[in-house]
Amino acid sequence: MSMKGQWKTLFQLFWTFFKMAPVTFGGGFAMIPLIEKEVVEKRKWLTSEEVTDVFALSQSVPGAVAINSATFIGHRIAGMKGAMAAMMGVSLPTFLIVLLLGILYFFIQDNPKIEAAFISIRASIVAIIAFAAIKIGKTAIVDKSTFIILIVGLPALFFVQPVLAILAGAIAGIVSISIKRKLGYEVQLDRKEKKEETDFEPFMGAGI
Amino acid sequence: MIPVIESEVSQHGWMTTQQFTDVIAISGMSPGPITTNSAILVGYSTAGLAGAISSVLGILLPAIIFVTVIATFFSKLNHYPIIQSMFYGLRPIVTSLILFAAISFALSNHLIGLNFSWHTISLLLVFGLSLFALLKLRWHPAYVIILSGLVGVVFYS
Repeated sequence: MSMKGQWKTLFQLFWTFFKMAPVTFGGGFAMIPLIEKEVVEKRKWLTSEEVTDVFALSQSVPGAVAINSATFIGHRIAGMKGAMAAMMGVSLPTFLIVLLLGILYFFIQDNPKIEAAFISIRASIVAIIAFAAIKIGKTAIVDKSTFIILIVGLPALFFVQPVLAILAGAIAGIVSISIKRKLGYEVQLDRKEKKEETDFEPFMGAGI
Repeated sequence: MIPVIESEVSQHGWMTTQQFTDVIAISGMSPGPITTNSAILVGYSTAGLAGAISSVLGILLPAIIFVTVIATFFSKLNHYPIIQSMFYGLRPIVTSLILFAAISFALSNHLIGLNFSWHTISLLLVFGLSLFALLKLRWHPAYVIILSGLVGVVFYS
């Protein structure tokens, strides 16, 4: 890829995550619908399945989901530089917003209008996170066993650390696939409609 | 991670517990991860803008190292069938994790609770309408947040 093309890709990564960051209330999951829109539909950098996998990895390393997932996607698209560009993109807006709120804190602390706005916004954030779960669920739940893992996993999370749940999920995946193979079932690892071949074309084309 | 930050902060004498409670409140109100946000505010109140920048770099650096290592590792292993079956089990768990995050966030904001009141019902209505706008009307999440904020100003103040 040419230097100019690389800078363009890096800037696109930075800008894509810069736009997303202000919506990441209540953890990074509210970002998922935006990642679907920007990274999967618009830029075609990744498939929906790959986005789900990125969130699985982001959960299994220390650090915040929003930052980890942006860094993973950046790394995937343009290596170490891409990781830095995406990370800066996702961090800069929140950095500025937090500083501003911190400085304004004493003015807005008792402002009933701001408080009222946030009461309603928080309920909408729950909706955005639920929407994210539906989106991810569509790529994750491909058969009965994946549905069972979801149903068992949800109440279990009230008692175990996310990292343990991730580990258990990985083991459950390996075990159920190998049992299915032994029993001679046809194994389908993800959804049937695949369009992976075309995925990286726009990104490669960015260098021309 | 918040207790870890708190013990470090009080050990260094950077803030009182009361100030730190305010920091957590602002961090929770702002977008972005609560831990990163509180690090930024602790840094800012201790050493100004330079302090804010150094604490955000301090909290981001381990993440970029971990992610780079894991990402390099996984991109090499990605084609093995065992890794693929691992992800087959991981994806539904991620779905559970996200649902769990939604439930926890709803609980901490009194969207679901034992004492059922008009306030709770109105919040559930905001939740339902937001989900409808996202799922059926395919609205951009940012518009949902802005509109919801305006609705809040009108109905909750």
